[in-house]
Amino acid sequence: MEHLSGGEIVIRALKDAGVKHVWGYPGGAALHIYDALYRQEDVEHLLVRHEQAAVHAADGFSRSTGEVGTALVTSGPGATNAITGIATAYMDSIPLVVISGQVPKIKIGQDAFQETDMVGVSRPIVKHSFLVTRAEDIAETIAKAYYIASTGRPGPVVVDIPKDVTDPNHKVPYEWPSSVKMRSYQPTNKGHRGQVKRAVKTLLAAKKPVIYSGGGVIIDNASEQLIKLAQRLNYPVTNTLMGLGAYPATDRQFIGMLGMHGTFEANTAMHEADVIFAVGARFDDRVTNDLDKFCPNATIIHIDVDPTSISKNINAHIPVVGTCTSVLNEMLSIADELDTKPDAKAIKDWWAKIDQWRADKGIYTANRYEPSSGDVIKPQDVIKALYKETKGDAFITSDVGQHQMFAAQYYMFDKPRRWINSGGLGTMGFGLPAAMGVQLAYPEAQVACVTGEGSIQMCIQELSTCSQYNLPIKIINLNNSALGMVRQWQDMNYSSRYSQSLYEDSLPDFVALAEAYGHVGIKVTRYEDLEEKMRECFALKDRVVFMDICVDKSEHVYPMQIPGGSMGDLYLNKAEKS
Amino acid sequence: MKRIISILLENESGALSRVVGLFAQRGYNIDTLTVAPTDDDTLSRLTLTTEGDDQMAEQIVKQLHKLIDTIKVVDLTVGSHIERELMLVKIKASDPEIRAELKSCVEIFRGHVVDVTASTYTVQLTGDSDKLDAFIDAVREIGIMEVVRSGVSGISRGDKFLRV
Repeated sequence: MEHLSGGEIVIRALKDAGVKHVWGYPGGAALHIYDALYRQEDVEHLLVRHEQAAVHAADGFSRSTGEVGTALVTSGPGATNAITGIATAYMDSIPLVVISGQVPKIKIGQDAFQETDMVGVSRPIVKHSFLVTRAEDIAETIAKAYYIASTGRPGPVVVDIPKDVTDPNHKVPYEWPSSVKMRSYQPTNKGHRGQVKRAVKTLLAAKKPVIYSGGGVIIDNASEQLIKLAQRLNYPVTNTLMGLGAYPATDRQFIGMLGMHGTFEANTAMHEADVIFAVGARFDDRVTNDLDKFCPNATIIHIDVDPTSISKNINAHIPVVGTCTSVLNEMLSIADELDTKPDAKAIKDWWAKIDQWRADKGIYTANRYEPSSGDVIKPQDVIKALYKETKGDAFITSDVGQHQMFAAQYYMFDKPRRWINSGGLGTMGFGLPAAMGVQLAYPEAQVACVTGEGSIQMCIQELSTCSQYNLPIKIINLNNSALGMVRQWQDMNYSSRYSQSLYEDSLPDFVALAEAYGHVGIKVTRYEDLEEKMRECFALKDRVVFMDICVDKSEHVYPMQIPGGSMGDLYLNKAEKS
Repeated sequence: MKRIISILLENESGALSRVVGLFAQRGYNIDTLTVAPTDDDTLSRLTLTTEGDDQMAEQIVKQLHKLIDTIKVVDLTVGSHIERELMLVKIKASDPEIRAELKSCVEIFRGHVVDVTASTYTVQLTGDSDKLDAFIDAVREIGIMEVVRSGVSGISRGDKFLRV
C-alpha cells in the first residue's frame, strides 16, 4: 500500500473524488497541503484574491455543472473570509466542499496565531463539518464530505484540518474508500407510492392548478420530467427566482416568476388556484407574502427531498418526501396507469383567465415602464439588449439588488443552470466570482455577470483572477450611481430619505479600472448606442469586457408585492396597484 | 405542551453542540437536557424537554433528524412513556423537630437522605418532574440551600425501543 503524508492525502483524495479544480488562497496552516498541490498535476488550483471569491467561484462552478465545487483556504481569516460564501451556498442548497487549514492540534484552544474555531463558526451554515485529527482519517473524511455535500438536499461541507495532521514527514498508508456508508445519514430519494398517487389524483382533478417549481428541480436535474408533466397536463408553470430555467421561459405555459417581484399573472394565478403543485420549492417569505393570506383556496401538494421544508411555512395537504426526478417520474408513470384526464373545459377557462391577466397587466405583453430615450437608459432595456445579443443562450450570473430582479424578469431562461444568483442569502459580490466558476467550466460559452456599481465593488478584486486564468467574462454593470434596491425601498417606505444609499461623486471610473486590470472597458450613456456597444462587447470573445452602462436611477422594480398582503396584492408601477 | 424528545446520536466530538446549536438557531427552547453514552459506546443517548405545539414538535423532530450525527429521533410524548429525573437537595436542618419533619417528608416522597451534618440534610429523590417540583414546594419553607436536578431521562413503555 502506498504511503503518503497528510498533505499529499488531501490532494490525492480530491483527485480520487473526481475533483479537477480547486479555488483557494494559501496561508500558514494550509502550506503543507499547498506544497503537496505543487508536486502534482491532476488537480488544478486557481488562486483568487479573497477567500469569499474562492467559495463563490466553486459555487458558480457547481451551479452551472451540477458537480460539487471545491475551495481550499487557510485557518483564521482565511476561514472566516470563506464564511459568506459558505452561507450563500447553504441557503441555496449548493454542494460544496470547503477545506480549511487549522492550527496544529496542540495549539487548538490556545488563541494561537490565525486560530478560529472553524467548525464552530461555520456550524449554523453548513450541512455538516469535520475536524480531522489523524492523517489516517483524511481520505475517509473527504469521501464522506463529497457524499454528504452531493446527496439528499445538497449543501456545503467543511473539512477543517490541523497543520500537524498534514505533516510532510509523517507518512501513513493511503486508501480511497470504494464506497461511503453512514448509519446516521440515509436520505430518502423515492417518494411514498401512496402519497404520490394521491398527488397525481389531486392534480388531475384540479380546475385552477398552478405548478410552482423551485431550485430543487434544477439541483436534481429534473427539468425534463417537469416539462413532460406540465405539457401533458397543459397546466400553467411558474418558477421561483432559484428555479428560473427549469421550465422554458419562452414557452406558452410559462407564466413568469412568482413572488415579491414576480409577474401579475403568476402571483394572481397562485392566489386564485385550487391546487398548487410545489416541486423543489420551499415557500420562502419572498414568495408567499403574508402567510395568513396565502392562497386561501388551494390544496397544496409539496414535493421536497428535505422533510424540514415541508409544512415549515405553509401546511402541505399532500406532502411527498423524495427527489424531484424520482417523484416526477413516478407521477408520470402513475398518470399513464390512471385513466383520468384533466378537466379540459375547466383548464381552458383557467387559461382564458390567465391570458386575460397577461394581456391586461403582464410585463411580457407590453412595456410597463417608460421607454428609454437619449441619455435615459432603462435597466430593463439593457437586459433585453443582453438577451438579444446572446440569443438567450448565455450563462447569466448576478449580484443582488434591482439589476438581479430585472435580469430575472427580462432574460428569458429556456434552460436550467443558466441563471446563477444568490437567491436565499442575497449576497452582494457573488456575481463576478460565480461567473469565474462558470467560465472555467464552460470555456467556450458566453458568460455575463449582471451587476450594479454597488455589488461589483464587493468582489471587484477578482478582475485580477480573471486575467490570471483567462476567464473572458462580460460584466454588465447597471450603473445607477446608487444602491438601487435600497433607494427604491427608501422611495416607497421612507419618503425618499436616501440614508447611506448614495455615493455618486466617489464612484470609480470603471472603464479606467477595467483597463488597469488589463481588460476592456466600455461606457454607455446613450440608449441609441446600447445595442451596438453590446455587440462590440460580445465580439471580444477572448477578453474580459466591463460594460459600464448608466441607467435611470429613478427606476423601480415592478411588479412588487405589497407587504402584509396576499400573493396577488401588487404594486404594478409607481401609481397603480393590482 | 411539554415534549420529551429522545435522540440517538453518534458519540463524536461536536455532535452535542450541533443539537444545542440547532435549538438556538431555530428559536426553540431547551428546558432540560441529559446526555450520556449508551451500552454501545459509539452512541450517545440524549433526552431533552421543550415546550411546543404539535407543529413545532414536528419541525423540531425533523430538524434534529436532519443533523448528520443523529441516528434516531423520537418524540416520547406522542406515546406512552416513562419519565424520570434525579434530584439532590441540600436543606437546612439543625432543629431536631425540623429534622424529624424532613425525614417523614422524604419518606412520603420515597426519597433518601444521602448525607447528614449537624445542620443539613442532603436528600436524593427520583421521579417525574412534577413529583420533584412537589417535593421542593413541600420543603421550601424549611430552607433549601441548594438544588441539583439531572434533567429528564425518558423511555417508551412496552415493546418499543430505540436502538440502531
